[in-house]
Amino acid sequence: MSAQKAILYVALLVLIVAAPFLFPDYKTQLATLWLMIIVSLTWDMTGGQMGYNSLGNIFFYGTGMYVAAVIAIGMVYDVGEYTNAFGGGKFDFTDDQYFTGLFVGIIGAGVFCALSAFAIGWLTFGLRGPYFAIGTLGVAIAAGELVSNWDWVGGGQGIALPVYPGDFDNFKTFIYFLFAGTGVVLFIFLSWLYQTRFRAAINAIRDDEEKAEAMGLHTLRYKLVTWAMAAFFVGIVGGISAFQLIHFEPLETAYQTINLGIFMVVCVLLGGKGTLWGPIIGAILFHVFKEVTWNYFLGWQWVALGALIVVTVVYFQDGLLGWLRLKKPEWFGVRVENKQQAVAEPAE
Amino acid sequence: MSTIIEVQGVSKSYGGVKANTDISLTVPEGGITGLIGPNGSGKTTLFNSIVGYHPIDGGSIQFQGKEISKLLVPDIARLGLLRTFQQTRIYGAMNCVENMLISTPHRKLRFIESFRRNSKEEHERAEHLLDFVGLYEKRYLRSGSLSFGQQKLLEFAMALMNEPTVLLLDEPTAGINPTLINGLIDRLRRANTEFGITLFIIEHNMRVIMNMADTIYCLAHGEMLASGSPDEIQNDQRVIDAYLGAH
Repeated sequence: MSAQKAILYVALLVLIVAAPFLFPDYKTQLATLWLMIIVSLTWDMTGGQMGYNSLGNIFFYGTGMYVAAVIAIGMVYDVGEYTNAFGGGKFDFTDDQYFTGLFVGIIGAGVFCALSAFAIGWLTFGLRGPYFAIGTLGVAIAAGELVSNWDWVGGGQGIALPVYPGDFDNFKTFIYFLFAGTGVVLFIFLSWLYQTRFRAAINAIRDDEEKAEAMGLHTLRYKLVTWAMAAFFVGIVGGISAFQLIHFEPLETAYQTINLGIFMVVCVLLGGKGTLWGPIIGAILFHVFKEVTWNYFLGWQWVALGALIVVTVVYFQDGLLGWLRLKKPEWFGVRVENKQQAVAEPAE
Repeated sequence: MSTIIEVQGVSKSYGGVKANTDISLTVPEGGITGLIGPNGSGKTTLFNSIVGYHPIDGGSIQFQGKEISKLLVPDIARLGLLRTFQQTRIYGAMNCVENMLISTPHRKLRFIESFRRNSKEEHERAEHLLDFVGLYEKRYLRSGSLSFGQQKLLEFAMALMNEPTVLLLDEPTAGINPTLINGLIDRLRRANTEFGITLFIIEHNMRVIMNMADTIYCLAHGEMLASGSPDEIQNDQRVIDAYLGAH
């Protein structure tokens, strides 16, 4: 890593840590921004890098929420009794019980979602192109409907989680750092993963899966592992969201296919798919755009958002980084170089 | 020379169309074998059957004495039996070097190793092979932006990177300009002699195939019409009739 790059990363890290203290009124907004960044980066792992456009990643978000809730509650009380007594009954959680439940629940959500990605992937990775998108969307919608009819986890009313033992402002800071920490770990993980053979393998699947098979790649294995890794992180942020929201219900919050489920795709398209920074830049732009329209153009916010999606999908498919790559290919390492030049300045 | 691929009585039909009927042939190890025939005579179907692209209706296909007709495409590729496509297929959004690096032999790669970077030797080998096919200067360009002929050369280099035992080439010279063809013939020969790769080639360019192959098989209407040395094939009246349309 060059010195400039190291300085940039340290500066970013300082900014990330300082942000909730510099902008104390925006803690929840910043936490949501991290959520957008994480779901976009993970969507890009399959959608951008591997060419499998999943519309069902929201399944892992919703499932993560429920798994985290069930684990956190189940460690102390009987889940059925707890949800049955909605509003009534008295269920107290000590500080220890809260934090143990939270951490075990969040990690459990990630692990459960990774395993379910293997199972769902096994069934859906035979589908290609738009059929995969529709197939995965179907899984997410079906899951939402099933869960909303499952009384043990609260049915359509959803679940209420224990409340953070401390003041509300500290709670917001705590949630911010949970999201930010996950995001930083994900970013470091992907910067490493995208330098390995693994990235080349999933890029090959994206460019021509039949060719990849003919060259002997274990295509299904790569696809399953990629989706499981993405699902792990989505499950984790689902779990964090569950504790952030305290109460959530299945259709509008957990398996929110038309909101977050679509937003993550738009973020990636806006920033530029198949790149490390594209989804991050896209998520920031999208989140700012969304918040500005929600605040200043209330009543027209969905129209503005729809227009943004249409313009991005129709005229700007390669996103910001894709456009930059077209204008400045040399910034992305595209060059013609003969042997003398190669000796003079050896490639990395 | 021992036999490396043995095809016996292979038939394949698509609905009512009999693409291959009772085809038998052998490919000797270390040689160059040709497969010719008019358009639609079933050459590519036979290639597809050999590499496991579709199940065959009957017959047997053996590679190094092992029955492979029930195996799937990637399994057969990992055995070291590789094919290139008639409609050239490369990874278009990746540059040439990346295309080469992901083409390393996967039969040797354990899954855990896919989480490592490519070794220095692999980089050197990739650049060496790109130099071998004359694409060294363009190695950092998006491979999808190369011309069709250059993509064909890249696909050939990728196949060599995979260190196959046998390489099935589907019309390697189609779409390549005449001056480049001579260079390509030379490279195919060198792949055979220097790297020891057995070649099995579908080709329409008679000058190319007659120059290169030791043995040639000729298909027509999905059936084996003739086989023999280039001289025998060239003077076989049935082959001439098939190509001129007397059949």
